[in-house]
Amino acid sequence: MKRLLVYLALCLPVSAHAALNVFACEPEWAALAKEIGGDDVKIYSATTAFQDPHRIEARPSLIAQMRRAALVVCTGAELETGWLPVLLRDAGNAAVQPGRPGYFEATRFVPLLEKPARLDRAEGDVHAQGNPHIHTDPRNIARVGAALGARLAEIDPVHAADYRARGEAFAARWQTAIARWEIRAAPLRNQPVAVQHKSFSYLLAWLGLREVVTLEPKPGVEPSVGHLARVAAQLQTAPAKMVLRAVYQSPRPADWLSQRTGMPAVALPYTVGGSERANDLFGLFDDTLDRLLKAVP
Amino acid sequence: MLRPAILATALAAAFPVYADADLDALRAELKEMKSTYEARIQALEARLQQADAAPAPIAAQADAAPPQGTAAGNRFNPDISLILQGKYAHLDDIEHRHISGFLPAGHDHGAPRGFSLDHTELVMSASIDPYFRGYMNLALLDEEVEIEEAWFQTTALGNGLSIRGGRFLSGLGYQNAQHPHAWDFADNNLMYRVLFGEAYGNDGVQLKWVAPTDLYMELGAEAGRGANFPGTDRNRNGAGSYALFGHLGGDVGASHSWRAGVSYLHAKANERDGDVDDLNDVEAETLFSGKSKTWMADFVWKWAPNGNASERNFKFATEYFRRSERGSLLCVDNPADGGACTGSEDATHSRQSGYYAQGVYQFMPRWRTGYRYDRLNPGSVDFGANNAFLPVSEYKPTRHSLMLDYSPSEFSRLRLQYSQDKSMEDLSENQWFVQYIHSLGSHGAHSF
Repeated sequence: MKRLLVYLALCLPVSAHAALNVFACEPEWAALAKEIGGDDVKIYSATTAFQDPHRIEARPSLIAQMRRAALVVCTGAELETGWLPVLLRDAGNAAVQPGRPGYFEATRFVPLLEKPARLDRAEGDVHAQGNPHIHTDPRNIARVGAALGARLAEIDPVHAADYRARGEAFAARWQTAIARWEIRAAPLRNQPVAVQHKSFSYLLAWLGLREVVTLEPKPGVEPSVGHLARVAAQLQTAPAKMVLRAVYQSPRPADWLSQRTGMPAVALPYTVGGSERANDLFGLFDDTLDRLLKAVP
Repeated sequence: MLRPAILATALAAAFPVYADADLDALRAELKEMKSTYEARIQALEARLQQADAAPAPIAAQADAAPPQGTAAGNRFNPDISLILQGKYAHLDDIEHRHISGFLPAGHDHGAPRGFSLDHTELVMSASIDPYFRGYMNLALLDEEVEIEEAWFQTTALGNGLSIRGGRFLSGLGYQNAQHPHAWDFADNNLMYRVLFGEAYGNDGVQLKWVAPTDLYMELGAEAGRGANFPGTDRNRNGAGSYALFGHLGGDVGASHSWRAGVSYLHAKANERDGDVDDLNDVEAETLFSGKSKTWMADFVWKWAPNGNASERNFKFATEYFRRSERGSLLCVDNPADGGACTGSEDATHSRQSGYYAQGVYQFMPRWRTGYRYDRLNPGSVDFGANNAFLPVSEYKPTRHSLMLDYSPSEFSRLRLQYSQDKSMEDLSENQWFVQYIHSLGSHGAHSF
């Protein structure tokens, strides 16, 4: 009890600090909020690049962070549907409830791909609104960044000018980087690839890579050996240059296929923190491109 | 869309008899087609890039664009899910199932032998307006619909506060707020069976507060009708029971998380019905009136490598209770069958305890295995003058359970369970269960 009181005494002044508490559901939004918010925000990322954002436990520590958040930045499109509603319900934080300015869903500012034609769980873990892995296309990051800057300015008007300045500076640097990446990625255009889960649809669409096969028989369903054998047979007739997976996904299916067909298995960082070089958004795409280019001679 | 390259390969594969010259001509033609297409695509992309170049218009576009579909839970229809559960139970033929040394707690749906359907649960929830959220859980049985939960909760109070009103499962302990489909075993643990039958639900209000600290800290208080065991319905104003609980929780590194708590329940009973076999082995009815106080402690620890639970994970949960009851007990017996205690009423008090501990390990995707140990202590029971008629047991009921479950997706689960049940004195029963749990409809989010 005594320790608890000491702990409380230590914690309370911190929570009263001026920096705006931002709760980011995924590391990419944490990194984006950092770019735009700078020292005016204190960011907590609910997940890491090594965790599957579909499957997160509504842990007590997340509820505690949600309780103090002034802004919640999440992907939306039902990516976090298994855990975010519990956090919002149990944290007792009115400012971040859906519909309030403190609740920000990135997918609302981006056109989504792969809207399912048929909404049926027989199709696996489908997302009614489309593929939620939008951040793998840097142009989407620019779109979300602009909206996030505006939202930060709305919630924290005292620092509105700072958010605008940092937002504009980031957008300029980001556009330069996109131009650079697009030139570098030219050899990737039209290259056929296999993917484990539809995590990279936006990345592939951006770079013009062709997704010839998905290892998962249905979204979110682990591939069986039988299914992988069929995929391998399919790749005999329509070969791919590489098989892609995110670091948080099991390496087994991609490695198995790689051994079977000889094409390289490439683990992409997927988000910020997914590799040593992907320590910010710029590093994420630098590293992603390096890994893709390495596999395409 | 067939790309020229694929087309070329496909054609080449399809017509192997073509002479080389013909093939070359075809290839040249395709190559030409390909280059024209690529030029067109590049022109289009150049235009797109120009459009993307200036960041400011994008922002304006994004704000002006109609929202993409709807945000999570933003439809006018409530989220609806239906849970189908059923089992096959291989059990001994035991006429009067009970747990030795403990009075039966309320309605306890023990599993019948053979095939049976468990509760079919229908769940609906939605935001009511900007201030409230509503939730309902119906348990459907033959010729019966039980409202397990039907409550509203505030969403706009802020400061970590929320108020819930209506019928709800109490925030006591750990497992209490979970519906049977979320249990890790096919049947309830012995502790909850003797405490509440299934779980403690109440009609009333709940106030909960989450502290603004890094360490998760939740405090809650409830007051309600208290009609369920260990209390009874009373024709009175005011609250029949109240509960207090507090929980702490946090992470240790990226791989470990925990939650621990203490809860207290105070309930009043008026002529609470119970069936006991008296010393002559005649079934006697007892009526208890008095106060029941329950203390509970709970601890949950979860592990997943790097916090990624989809491959492997482990969960440990344990709860302990101590219950004391004080009041009077009226014994109503059947003298024709040799019962002796008819009409005998005297002061009674008891102090009992027990616990369960369980571990569940997901050793590969889709597959989990678990072990649970139950143990109860009948403690001290004093029936006063009724000691002459009613048995006081020192037997400590125990049970070992082993389970293996397979979840083809997060919406379906099949389970096999074996239990060695020694909850009745002088009896060791081997129990087998095969169970299915399927959930249809909207994606229900589960608590920690």
